[in-house]
Amino acid sequence: MIAFWAVAQKLTRQDVERIASLARLELTDREKDLFVRQLTEVLEYAEQIQAIDTSDVPPTSQVVSGQATDREDLPAPSLANTEALANAPDPASKAGLFRVPRVIG
Amino acid sequence: MTALPFQTARQLRDALSRREVSAVEVCRASLARIDDTNGRLNAFLNVASDRALARAAEVDAGKHSGVLAGLPIAVKDNISTRGIGTTAASRMLQHYVPPYNATAIDRLEEAGGIVIGKTNCDEFAMGSSTENSAFGPSRNPWDPERIPGGSSGGSAVAVAAGMAPLAIGSDTGGSIRQPASLCGIAGLKPTYGRVSRYGLIAFASSLDCIGPLARTAYDAALALTALAGPDPRDSTASQAPVGDYLTGLTGDIRGLRLGVPRNMLEQAVDAAVRQCFHGALDTLRERGAEIVDIELPYASYAISTYYFVATAEASSNLARFDGVRYGFRTDTASDLKEMYERTRSQGFGPEVKRRIMLGTYVLSAGYYDAYYLKAQKVRTLVRRDYERAFDRVDAVAMPTSPTPAFRIGERMEDPLQLYLVDVFTVSANLAGLPALSVPCGLTPARLPIGLQMTGRPFDEATLLRIGDAYERDTNWWKECPDL
Repeated sequence: MIAFWAVAQKLTRQDVERIASLARLELTDREKDLFVRQLTEVLEYAEQIQAIDTSDVPPTSQVVSGQATDREDLPAPSLANTEALANAPDPASKAGLFRVPRVIG
Repeated sequence: MTALPFQTARQLRDALSRREVSAVEVCRASLARIDDTNGRLNAFLNVASDRALARAAEVDAGKHSGVLAGLPIAVKDNISTRGIGTTAASRMLQHYVPPYNATAIDRLEEAGGIVIGKTNCDEFAMGSSTENSAFGPSRNPWDPERIPGGSSGGSAVAVAAGMAPLAIGSDTGGSIRQPASLCGIAGLKPTYGRVSRYGLIAFASSLDCIGPLARTAYDAALALTALAGPDPRDSTASQAPVGDYLTGLTGDIRGLRLGVPRNMLEQAVDAAVRQCFHGALDTLRERGAEIVDIELPYASYAISTYYFVATAEASSNLARFDGVRYGFRTDTASDLKEMYERTRSQGFGPEVKRRIMLGTYVLSAGYYDAYYLKAQKVRTLVRRDYERAFDRVDAVAMPTSPTPAFRIGERMEDPLQLYLVDVFTVSANLAGLPALSVPCGLTPARLPIGLQMTGRPFDEATLLRIGDAYERDTNWWKECPDL
């Protein structure tokens, strides 16, 4: 078994900030420090799979046994507008829409 | 007879069909037990008393029949129930009421089952202890200072404490089997696709499975009979014919070959767990099963593989929680991006954020091949390990958990240590295989230990047969916590 990758570098605070931005999370300073340490630990442990030779191995993305089957594409009733809006934090009920804060400042 | 607690679903079903007890009486007994013990155990987040009693009255009036007629069922709170709040134990969904049922709920109700309430779990099913619930941990009825396991901890506690004869949970990396093991009950993770995932709040879509928690293998078979089958709403729900899970429970396991992966048992395993596991193998051997040494060389990489695959899928699935259409929204944002970020930061707990972060990282540019794609390739190797094993054996036996239940708070600061408790369970999810945990002992301090058997795709019947045979020769499943 050969190590093909050497990606086990320690995560930096900048890495954590970049990932948080991609994930649309706003982290506190304390969370950033914690995640730098904890995610580095998990990655260091999980790094063990890099030692496995997978050069001729196809990836598995799903394990559905047998054929996945398509159903007939038939029109059927969907949720009523009132039901779809019932859980919305800020429904514009008259218009039948979801309201969000302004997008452009 | 008096109904509950600690009666099996089978006993209750017989008593109901002989009219020795009514469905309303069974339902009331279940509600009384919940009332008496839930304050101490925090198994239920929401009890649907009125709805359950109304359904029970309908069963008594002959409106619903089926294999589960009149049986109260506890439902993990990440499974959608129309009109009953479904939180996934997250602040994000604290006030969310689904407008539709999960297919699993429809099927339980079509079989006459009665949803008695919604059970606590790790937030979005992420965890192995139920400590990650936004609504406080559930407590193990065998020792309330200890965790019940997770993520389906509340469902396991509900059955183990006699609050309900049956429960359903979800299993992405062991979340049915491990709490079943730690609470001294049976838990079945079906083959991937055997039970529809429609209406299950998604964590990792290629791994998630809904399945039963019960007092016995027989009861798990009963529940699976109702749950299994294709679903036009879930294209990954299998068209494979649903087996007969009950008639195979004959107690006869002569000639069945059970594989024991010795390399896996070199892992750090508690002495009592090891002893009970070997005792269980002896019992099965005496009943006529043949015990065979096998190798699963890549199974020891399953946790690493799992935490790349599962977190990647989770980071994608949880992108939908943005404060727009349903769920929590922050009240301090001035524009849309800030609204997304604050909603997610205030709505998700620490473990969910940790996994979204890890998943986002392994999918991000420059790391995808090294982490996510690599993990998918190792996943193939884990599958092949099992395929090779099943050329020689009918099922693979391992402990379910390397240790009995640990103390609440003991491992909260060290996520990696908590991930490692899934060592024996995650490989079945990666390979999409069915796996059953049944009680196989108690530690000297009376903490339950579980035996896990993993089977061929869609061969739940063999696992249930072995579990049922084992229960005929042992009394562990009859043990009850002293509450």
